[in-house]
Amino acid sequence: MSIINAGFGGRRRSSRPDLPPGQYLTEDFPVLSAGPTPRIPLDRWSFTITDEAGKKTSWNWDEFNALPQEDFTVDIHCVTKWSKLGTTWRGVAIDTLFENIESAADFTMVHGYGGYTTNVPLEDLVDGKAWVAHTFDGEPLHPEHGGPARLVVPHLYFWKSAKWVNGIEMLPQDEPGFWEEAGYNMYGDPWREQRYQGD
Amino acid sequence: MSAANELDGNAMAGDLGEIFAVDVTQAVATCAGCGHPTALAALTLWGPAMGSVARCPHCEDVILRLTRTPGQAWLDLRGAVTLRIPMPPDDPQ
Amino acid sequence: MAESRWETPSARTLVLDVPDWPGHLPGQHVDVRLTAPDGYSAQRSYSIASAWPKSGSEGGSEGGNVELTVQRVEDGEVSSYLDDILEVGQPIELRGPVGGWFVWRDEPAPVLLLGGGSGVVPLMSMIRARGDVRGKQPFRLIYSVRTPQDVLYADELKRRVRDDPGLDVHFVYTREAPEGWPEKPGRINVPTLNTHGWPPDFAPDVFICGPTPFVETAADILVALGHDPKKIRTERFGGTP
Ligand SMILES: Cc1cc2nc3c(=O)[nH]c(=O)nc-3n(C[C@H](O)[C@H](O)[C@H](O)COP(=O)(O)OP(=O)(O)OC[C@H]3O[C@@H](n4cnc5c(N)ncnc54)[C@H](O)[C@@H]3O)c2cc1C
Ligand SMILES: [Zn+2]
Repeated sequence: MSIINAGFGGRRRSSRPDLPPGQYLTEDFPVLSAGPTPRIPLDRWSFTITDEAGKKTSWNWDEFNALPQEDFTVDIHCVTKWSKLGTTWRGVAIDTLFENIESAADFTMVHGYGGYTTNVPLEDLVDGKAWVAHTFDGEPLHPEHGGPARLVVPHLYFWKSAKWVNGIEMLPQDEPGFWEEAGYNMYGDPWREQRYQGD
Repeated sequence: MSAANELDGNAMAGDLGEIFAVDVTQAVATCAGCGHPTALAALTLWGPAMGSVARCPHCEDVILRLTRTPGQAWLDLRGAVTLRIPMPPDDPQ
Repeated sequence: MAESRWETPSARTLVLDVPDWPGHLPGQHVDVRLTAPDGYSAQRSYSIASAWPKSGSEGGSEGGNVELTVQRVEDGEVSSYLDDILEVGQPIELRGPVGGWFVWRDEPAPVLLLGGGSGVVPLMSMIRARGDVRGKQPFRLIYSVRTPQDVLYADELKRRVRDDPGLDVHFVYTREAPEGWPEKPGRINVPTLNTHGWPPDFAPDVFICGPTPFVETAADILVALGHDPKKIRTERFGGTP
């Protein structure tokens, strides 16, 4: 049984009907880390798609920046219960990266520098649903927030938006990533409050 | 936010104390990555949100993860080859 | 909370009367959980500042209260509640005592304590415990603090340096030093630890505690000076530089 601390408000927070269930609005951009922040020099950065047969397609920083760029404004929802509305980003749509990839696999494992992984079904990455973003709020994405580049999949909880992203691996069946192995939901839809396994 | 603190494994003592009868933060884990032995209390700890991630101070590999979901604690120790736990000496038979 | 006292304008000691407290070792901490009326909750760790009398020693096994000293952190969710809102007589939820690693066990080795800001709290528990058992081990505290006004337990430290044989304290001021202080304000560095710490061949048990950047800097310097990393125990409180 917990003691209720009547005078304790906690961090200023408001829940709103237009937010997913259990979420609070935040104005700042909290940082969540499971390890040290990798610092990746841009001349060593690359992004690789690996298909289910092991065939790799890679872009270095210059090649990646030469791809068509999109500006997008989205709401993001963290499983630790904060939501941030109207965030503005610039980056490359996953659709663009997959233009010349042949794959029959339905699932992916997204990888980041530092060893982070998270699983996302392919259909949740394509058709304008996800990007690899390098600019936040008009500035180069800060390393704390996943720079040089992070995945942004705004319709899923934000742990799916892998920081320091460096590749997508195609998988014939769904496999758990870093947090999914430790009790978090395989899919992570904030509107259905799929925080943990079994939700 | 305290969510991103980098701490010492000490800070897990409360969470692990709810699971184990002994104070396992004093147990020595041998890193599966580099073989270095380190007391859990001396691991580099990240968290506590979304869970505690304790890394080897020598090679940064993950040694232990602890997450809480409603009604359950998930402890992943696969980054440790062994856990050497201090115990009271055996009673002489 | 049975009573409270301000150590500085921004740090308060909470004296807690905890039913069935099993006693604790100097250096242990508790986890405090606050729960808002709407169910939102936040948990933080706080070191225990007080010593618990050993059974059989002077003071008996009757124990006493559990004291925490909470430094107010700017925009701090939990610290500002504990310092400014919690009132005498109100309850808080504690888990503990926990942690058996960052603990001083009354061993004969000399002890070097390095505290940054509120990192002095668990070190104070060690100093108090040594005082209670009239320990004779050489004990040295190097205490890094912003300004003289931020020193926790200032009077008690002065008194103990006078009365507890073998205890000494050196201050490092990072923002503003008292008038006539021989060193310019600045962060803990190699010369300070070389001059005021002990040489590695003295083989002290070292306890370092405070904000994460302080702990990392201090530990790196001691290792560079030749101290055995195995004799260095750290407790990082968090915070970014
Ligand atoms: C094992 C352990 C023992 C501790 N013992 C004590 C103790 O005895 N006394 C004590 O006062 N604190 C102690 N702390 C720190 C304490 O747990 C909290 O981190 C601190 O009170 C801040 O919490 P908050 O909710 O007020 O701030 P938050 O709302 O979590 O943070 C607000 C802002 O302050 C920054 N911040 C967070 N923590 C710190 C910090 N420690 N120093 C500087 N800036 C910070 C954050 O980055 C953020 O910008 C201990 C921590 C640990 C892990
Ligand atoms: Zn290792």
